[in-house]
Amino acid sequence: MTGEETLHLFLLMLQYLLPTLKLFGFTLLYAIPLGMVVALLKMCRIKPVSWLTRLYILIMRGTPLLLQIIVVYYSVPTLRSNAHCPEFLRNLLNHVELKGDAGDVYMFRMILLAFVLNYAAYFAEIFRGGIEAIPKGQYEAAGMLGFSRIQTFFRIILPQVVKRVIPASSNEIITLVKDTSLAYAMGYMEIMYIAKKQMTTYSSLTPLFMAGVFYFVMATLLTLLFSFVEKKLSYYK
Amino acid sequence: MAKMLEVQNLQKSFGDLPVLRDISFEVGQGEVIAVIGPSGSGKSTLLRCLTQLEHADGGSIAVCGDEMLTEKGYKDAKVLRTIRLKTGLVFQNFNLFPHMTVLRNITEAPVCVLKQDKAAAEQKAMELLRKMGLEAKAKSYPCELSGGQQQRVSIARALALSPEILFFDEPTSALDPELTGEILKVIKELAAEGMTMVIVTHEMSFARDVADRVIFMEGGVIVEQGEPSQLFGESASDRVKQFLARFSE
Repeated sequence: MTGEETLHLFLLMLQYLLPTLKLFGFTLLYAIPLGMVVALLKMCRIKPVSWLTRLYILIMRGTPLLLQIIVVYYSVPTLRSNAHCPEFLRNLLNHVELKGDAGDVYMFRMILLAFVLNYAAYFAEIFRGGIEAIPKGQYEAAGMLGFSRIQTFFRIILPQVVKRVIPASSNEIITLVKDTSLAYAMGYMEIMYIAKKQMTTYSSLTPLFMAGVFYFVMATLLTLLFSFVEKKLSYYK
Repeated sequence: MAKMLEVQNLQKSFGDLPVLRDISFEVGQGEVIAVIGPSGSGKSTLLRCLTQLEHADGGSIAVCGDEMLTEKGYKDAKVLRTIRLKTGLVFQNFNLFPHMTVLRNITEAPVCVLKQDKAAAEQKAMELLRKMGLEAKAKSYPCELSGGQQQRVSIARALALSPEILFFDEPTSALDPELTGEILKVIKELAAEGMTMVIVTHEMSFARDVADRVIFMEGGVIVEQGEPSQLFGESASDRVKQFLARFSE
């Protein structure tokens, strides 16, 4: 490839960076709070709630993300053509538009849903570990000082949990950057998609190499960001 | 003398293991009580029942004349909460909030729980820190302090809510002997100011010198209670003498 072609390719791929970042950003936006809720549900004293949550986490962590993406994506068309589908659900699903621009929106939403459900399970396990690592004495001290349960959680426990879960979460988040490439399997137009396409056009490995550099740079930036955050939070032990 | 604490026939078991069998005692205003006894005698459990960290199985407890536990069981949550705010507890391992500065450790509860004005709470916290000799440490984090300093902060934190009665659960057990002195000095000062205190301790010299009354516990019962001169003197029961002899060795 000539220098000019490489530059052209770079600018082209840059346009596909946005969809990658969009999937990445929205997954984090939803998966982190959901993960916290799932963690609390798993620690819930009501046994059936805890068991169901455990089952959910087991399935999400026990099956490939790619499989989950495909299942979620095809769930709507498959369910509504299924004879056993309840009427109200079919009516609901019939409202979902799968063609044209609406189809693109549908695709993004379904891929996002799969990512969020999967990543929330991983975050939940990290958060649960973090919450359980807080010494009982912190709850007792807070209780003695009259803090309510809610106040104790948000003022005393959560800030300490955040610090504890950052190393494990950063691992997960860096993995997520690279996992966004799985959306390529559904035809979602992100970096991997364009790289594969340009590879055929140019009969060259350069587009794939360039995609690798994109992921590498994003992962490295995140690594730097997290080591900065860890340093920021090291003012207490 | 007003009764600050009345405990009658208090009982508590962990599973099949009875930890408190039949505890009865009273504490008057301004009294300093030292609770001593061998490990596993139920001292800490007693303190935890009095501060609502554990729920007793039976008996009655009244704090400042307010019934907390009666023969009919515990009072409702609102009453318990009111009573809890009248009691303070200083833990063996401090349990300071590591993510807050010393100052915020002290002001957090007055501001968030009692809804005090932040500036006023900070002013009071600084006064307490001055009293503890830790004025310069207001902006430090707990991990930057020595054990003795941390324990003094935790005393200040408990005092910030102006409790009527202050409980100490082996406040010097996690400290070097050298640092123990600074905590004992603080407790002595509080005693001089008329603070009502119940202190579970292994510091016998302290129990002898500061306490108005000493309670000796073993096997979940109060074996003997009385003035220090009685328990540390010739008239004490053989069991108490035997226990104390081990400490003076």
